[in-house]
Amino acid sequence: MKILVCMKQVPQKDAPLKLNESGTWIREDVSYEVNEPDAFALEEALRQKEKHSGEVVVITAGPARAQQVLREALAKGADRAIHLEDNAFVGLDASNTARAFAAAIKDEKFDLIFTGLQSDDYGFAQTGVVLAELLGWPHATIIMQIEKTDAGIRVKRELEAGYFQFVDMPLPAVLTIQSGINKLRYATLIGIKQAKNKPLRKVTLAEVQSAIGANMQKIERLYIPQKTKNTEFLEGSSAEVAKKLVEKLRNEVHVL
Amino acid sequence: MADSILAIVEQREGKLNRVSWETLTAGQALAAETGWTLEAAGVGSGVTSFANEIAAKKVAKVYAIESPKLEPYTPDAFAAALKQFIASKQPRLVLMPHTYQVRDFVPKLATAMDRTAISDCIGYKKDGEKLLFTRQMFQGKLAADVSFNCDAPWFVTFQNGAFRGDKVEAGAAAAPIETVNIEIADGVVRNKPQEVFKEAKQAVDLTQAEIIVSVGRGIKEQKNIELAKQLAEALGGELAASRPICDSGWLPMDRQIGSSGQTVAPKLYLALGISGAIQHIVGMKGARTIIAINKDSEAPIFEIADYAVVGNLFDIVPPLIEEVKKAKAGG
Repeated sequence: MKILVCMKQVPQKDAPLKLNESGTWIREDVSYEVNEPDAFALEEALRQKEKHSGEVVVITAGPARAQQVLREALAKGADRAIHLEDNAFVGLDASNTARAFAAAIKDEKFDLIFTGLQSDDYGFAQTGVVLAELLGWPHATIIMQIEKTDAGIRVKRELEAGYFQFVDMPLPAVLTIQSGINKLRYATLIGIKQAKNKPLRKVTLAEVQSAIGANMQKIERLYIPQKTKNTEFLEGSSAEVAKKLVEKLRNEVHVL
Repeated sequence: MADSILAIVEQREGKLNRVSWETLTAGQALAAETGWTLEAAGVGSGVTSFANEIAAKKVAKVYAIESPKLEPYTPDAFAAALKQFIASKQPRLVLMPHTYQVRDFVPKLATAMDRTAISDCIGYKKDGEKLLFTRQMFQGKLAADVSFNCDAPWFVTFQNGAFRGDKVEAGAAAAPIETVNIEIADGVVRNKPQEVFKEAKQAVDLTQAEIIVSVGRGIKEQKNIELAKQLAEALGGELAASRPICDSGWLPMDRQIGSSGQTVAPKLYLALGISGAIQHIVGMKGARTIIAINKDSEAPIFEIADYAVVGNLFDIVPPLIEEVKKAKAGG
């Protein structure tokens, strides 16, 4: 099984975010980490490779700092990496990111392409599905389980409210992977050492420029959300706060 | 052709997904704002019953987009059917609820039509002649007003709870219903879905709980859940959790609150160590009173909390349990 995992680097979950001067993006001086759903997608790809043999390739589009995500993936067991390296990739919308990926992999023959179900920064949940349409491949989203069958694969789709659905699909296919599908592994010291020698192909913006166009949507303004709720902050020592909370529970919420 | 807004509702086995009313409310609001005509459509096979329900609301027309190949749902069939329909009707705006099903096909549909979808929106604004759609970013820490930079049709999906389904306006008379039979060629549909099923035996129905004490990653270890359990018991409430807690197996899946789990609207929702990621918030923002305890003052949960404590839950919950017990004992 030859599997491509699309990964994204996003600001760390608890990173304090500041708006840039034009109010259209964040200031980039924060710490970054791998988009958590993508880490689950990578883990799933590695497990499929362990079961069925094959190759796991990871790809990301972003500035130089995004290489970290690829290095970690290689250390965990991915075989090679592709880095579409340019600051400009940060500003591309999901459609363009998918187009850039499609252009970068046009000479490859993957059986499966995984993405995380969505990113923690944009939360669009689109790149994988757009990529499937561009490639002309079938796809399924929010996947919790993947099994090989004679005709292709059988996947378990997560639906709302605790419902699930099995779907039989042919290969090649694109799947967006749900968090919690598996337990993430840690990179071993040997893995980290071996990662240094694994192939990492860099792709410039110029190489994929003809595949992408202007973004079809634009963030006009990014801002701190206006609060619609009147939140009352309770302060004091733990003992004092506990008493205040009980007072609220009794007099305002009426549950005591 | 008059400028129109197309609200696409969601159904399963002829029953309307309740969130569809929210999409209609959004459509009515946008129609009032822009002066465009609101029409609605549903997609499936043999599903005219829902069409009658929608036709009772204030819409100009309802379309039942039909093909035997549309049942069961597959992204290939839905994208193919809607591409044909939208290409012929040419609405300016296409609205849908941001459900798991819509997420599964709308990016495909938009791409097939060389367009884009602004997804998971919580509202809209008008900036002169331009429509801006508001969406949360960075797990709710920031908001973005997004515009379309391409021709219509413009695809927009709205987050659960962004509009009030109970505020949808009834129509003065039943709207006309038109059945549109769509041809979907053999070989278009590549996925073979099986029956939908429920996995966890529902030991607890959190939607019936008046009081919920919910834990997130801030609980740190499985053994600490005992503390939350004691608080829940002292209050006479149920224990619940955000997704990561259930993924780790620390609590069973039927305790999960959020887009993949249960949606609840209890009298009291007490969030312990929950940051307030969007996928969790959509499952509990309807609670009457929300109390949040989190040591991160920037946690998005504080945006929707009625009472907030920025502090260490391990310091606060033990005395809270004692005070609750005292109060219940008549203190």
